[in-house]
Amino acid sequence: MGIAIKFAKSHEWIRPEDSGASATIGISSYAVEALTDLVFMQLPQIGRHVKAGESIGEIESVKAVSDLYAPVSGEIVEVNASLPDNLEILGSDPFGAGWVLKIRMSNPEELDVLLDQTAYDVLVSGQGH
Amino acid sequence: MSYLPHTLDDLRIMLATIGVKDIESLFSEIPEDCRLRRPLDIAGPLDEISLTAHMEMLASGTISTSQAACFLGGGAYDHFVPAVVDHLASRGEFYTSYTPYQAEASQGNLQVYFEYQSLIANLTGMEVSNMSLYDGGSAAAEAVLMSLSVSSKRRVVISSTVHPEYREVVKTYCANLGVEIVTVPSNNGVVDPQELQKIVDGDTACVLLQQPNFFGSIERLEELTSIAHAAGAIVAVSVDPVSLGILKRPGDCGVDLVIAEGQCLGNHLAYGGPYLGILACRESFLRRMPGRLAGQTTDRRGNRCWVLTLQTREQHIRREKATSNVCTNQGLLALRSAIHLAVLGPEGLREVAESCLAKAAYAKQRLTATARLTSAFDSAFFKEFVVRDACGAPGSLVADLLDAGYLAGVPLGQWYPELDDCLLVAVTEKRTRTQIDGLAAAVDFISTSKVSHARHAVHEASV
Amino acid sequence: MRDTQSTKLLSELSRPGRRGAKIGPLDVPAVNIREKIPAYALADAPLPLPELSELDVVRHFTNLSTLNMSVDSHFYPLGSCTMKYNPKRNERLASLPGLLALHPYQPEESLQGMLRALWELQGMLAEIAGLHAVSLQPAAGAQGELTALLVAAAYFKDRNEDRTNVLVPTSAHGTNPASAAMAGFKAIGIESDREGMIDLNDLDRKLDEKTAVLMITNPNTLGLFEHQICEVAKRVHDAGGLLYLDGANMNAILGIARPGDFGADMMHYNPHKTFSGPHGGGGPGAGPIAVREMLEPYLPTPRVVKRGETYSLDWKKPKTIGRVRSFFGNVGILIRAYAYILSHGGEGLADVSRYAVLNANYLLAKLRDVLPVPFSKGCLHEFVGSASELKSERGISAMDLAKRLLDYGFHAPTVYFPLTVKEAVMIEPTETESRETLDAFADAMRTILSEPVELVQSAPHSSSVNRPDEVRAAKEQHLAWSDLSVTASKESIGPVSPSVASAGERA
Repeated sequence: MGIAIKFAKSHEWIRPEDSGASATIGISSYAVEALTDLVFMQLPQIGRHVKAGESIGEIESVKAVSDLYAPVSGEIVEVNASLPDNLEILGSDPFGAGWVLKIRMSNPEELDVLLDQTAYDVLVSGQGH
Repeated sequence: MSYLPHTLDDLRIMLATIGVKDIESLFSEIPEDCRLRRPLDIAGPLDEISLTAHMEMLASGTISTSQAACFLGGGAYDHFVPAVVDHLASRGEFYTSYTPYQAEASQGNLQVYFEYQSLIANLTGMEVSNMSLYDGGSAAAEAVLMSLSVSSKRRVVISSTVHPEYREVVKTYCANLGVEIVTVPSNNGVVDPQELQKIVDGDTACVLLQQPNFFGSIERLEELTSIAHAAGAIVAVSVDPVSLGILKRPGDCGVDLVIAEGQCLGNHLAYGGPYLGILACRESFLRRMPGRLAGQTTDRRGNRCWVLTLQTREQHIRREKATSNVCTNQGLLALRSAIHLAVLGPEGLREVAESCLAKAAYAKQRLTATARLTSAFDSAFFKEFVVRDACGAPGSLVADLLDAGYLAGVPLGQWYPELDDCLLVAVTEKRTRTQIDGLAAAVDFISTSKVSHARHAVHEASV
Repeated sequence: MRDTQSTKLLSELSRPGRRGAKIGPLDVPAVNIREKIPAYALADAPLPLPELSELDVVRHFTNLSTLNMSVDSHFYPLGSCTMKYNPKRNERLASLPGLLALHPYQPEESLQGMLRALWELQGMLAEIAGLHAVSLQPAAGAQGELTALLVAAAYFKDRNEDRTNVLVPTSAHGTNPASAAMAGFKAIGIESDREGMIDLNDLDRKLDEKTAVLMITNPNTLGLFEHQICEVAKRVHDAGGLLYLDGANMNAILGIARPGDFGADMMHYNPHKTFSGPHGGGGPGAGPIAVREMLEPYLPTPRVVKRGETYSLDWKKPKTIGRVRSFFGNVGILIRAYAYILSHGGEGLADVSRYAVLNANYLLAKLRDVLPVPFSKGCLHEFVGSASELKSERGISAMDLAKRLLDYGFHAPTVYFPLTVKEAVMIEPTETESRETLDAFADAMRTILSEPVELVQSAPHSSSVNRPDEVRAAKEQHLAWSDLSVTASKESIGPVSPSVASAGERA
């Protein structure tokens, strides 16, 4: 088990690898449920350098579109290319097979300002369904 | 007041139900300093008989294409509209419905739009068509915006043989978007592929062409497309849908985006609008496509049906991030064009195109045989061609020919200073040999006599 | 008695060799296509279009039309769309050949009657707006917005002012922020206050020297008059910005209040709404704009001017933003608007708004105990109810309500707009509906709310289809016929035939 999972307020999760240099990013099960009936997802280009808070993709349901934001700064090193064709995985296994991309962090300290599981749960429960 | 159904009884009951003493009380939330305390200074009311007389008076103050033989083109054409188009499109269920937000209450319209998309896709050789845009000009601008969005580049190359008004619209739409627009010159009425080669580069988002072009001439579309593609640019082409009865489809020439003015497919001239903006593209551009789309699906009972789909592209969901702000479309004109294409079929469209070709060829031969007109270009053409006025006064020639009963041609000097002695002449399947001969005779007569004589004599000739 | 044969797809009805329209024999010499058209431009296969008889086509489209609801056949209280009666006289008059069969490039001397109508319409729209100058060119309300914002951009550029922001209330129609982005501005949202009005505090926070335009819809999308509008206008003007009015809801204030008088510097009209142009299944509309005097130089060209007794097109505007579409504008819709306005006259137009507001308030009074209306006790031409409680208490959503209304023969209201009201149900009856129709609609709503939940949730029951699968549509992207068998016979291989047949051959 590596470093604990963290969350952005915009509902992305991030799990740093043991080395601490890279991290896997996905979408929280709360967000996937709230979006309902996903139909399309756009992933970023590998190799792109992004800043924390920058839009790195889009996810669409029939009647809504949401940006996917980078929780931390860095370089996109891998994307889950099979995801757009199997969006159900986002719902069925959001923290596992439903991962979205991997990023090489340029400033891992940005993790510190993100929410931990408890804080995120509080945020989500406040928003209600 | 003629459309208000309320009786005095109704008014009394309704005010009592609401709990106010008069209608004026319902406007109490509007501050007094915002109120207009006088009647609008507008003529009327006119009852139906008076209104009809007034509108007929205005109509009598024009010379319509049903009175003068129309040889005007330049993006709007006097093609024949079969009665079946007017008849079916005027059905109230089509005419007075709106955007199909409730699919169950709009299956007729949705299926029509799906069929329209299919007809346009098949006609142009593209994979997808939207449900329509406003007109050919704004469709050109939307195609350019789409290319900018797809490519993330900011340079646009446009042929000078694209409709000058379309080019103006593109320029207006791009005014504040940091876009560089470069124009490709023409030679003998067509784009010189070598000129395009020089101008198109790796920073070019798209190349906008027209086939047949504004002069009616036929471009080397495939060759131009290859040149643009080699530089990595998207190719958008504006086509005349009628020409596709005989010309190679743009999709078969390799282009990425097709736009067109759909007026020629069953829509009336109507002094410039409403017209029909056609836009079709490769499937890979779908997510950046502006406008509504109808898609096939099934309902809860498993029946085939249609809905508005991929709406997340659009302004009501994506707001400032949408490709376009388009909301209303030209549904009624899309319907008309669908009916038109359905009743013509592939053979009918081929016959119309061939008829235009033969009549335009005959007209050019007759007009350039007059003392006053010569051919401006010797490039191949479809239903439109450019003639040069030896007297250098196309404007006065047009005025004299109007007196003689002809809407003769469009002077080009307003857009092309170097062609200020030229006229653009269009010939549709509706023009007769008698009209063409009459026009040529009128040109000769005007060239050799005073205008007042011409008016009399040519009137006889055209009868 | 549904005819399911004729409503098959055209591609399925097609039979090789079947013909509809035919073109008669040529009266000019035949040409050899291969000589006239270079080989590189000639089609090498027949067009894959369906082949049908004229009756096939008539029956297909006639039967399809019966699957629509429309104003001519049904009450259509679609909020913010002003689905009023479309007078038939306007159709006949707009179809007079002297107004319909006109080419856009005809000489002006052959267009005097048309140009007179358009010139007079410019004046009428200026008078109704309380503004100085009108451009009839924009093809739709959204294009009118874009045009006006481009005019604003040109105006500020001319004054060397670098203003980059357009403020848009979050309750506004999506075209507003989309138009702002297309015109090169940054769209910034303004929140609503507790009454559903523009939040003046939020406005103050976002107004600054970068503000170009505040776009406002008044009456707003809740059907309420922004009663602080004069104060809003003052603050925008004090900050050096311009006030834009989205005229989508003009049907409430014709001759009652004028945008120019309450501070708007520019606005667009939706003639297909306010002035009864038919909605045509989604369009055409038109989007003429009116502006204050200082913005006139930037309007698109051409506009109609009158010199002496002669009408002409004025192109000489060096500061114009240029064109936003080809040709003059959506003239057919403008002519209908002109006929509609003349039918009413100045006082008659005010009556249109009075009765539109009366009808909306009457329906509101009949419904408010079953459909809560947040924010207001009254309304102007429309009101927005919320099915939020219904949904949480009984599981009936705004969409369920909309679908069940179809079973009672009423088109649904607009639902889920504006976004500021949860489970929004936006009802705009318009002035042309009778009390009996409004009563019947109110009765239907009440009946529906007493029906078993399952019945409502599974509606509509009377239509040919029931709740299309939108997820499937979005995923499969089936946007055109998948199969049209093109089996052209030898004779019908058009494009490769060597020449146009002469009269004798074709017969």
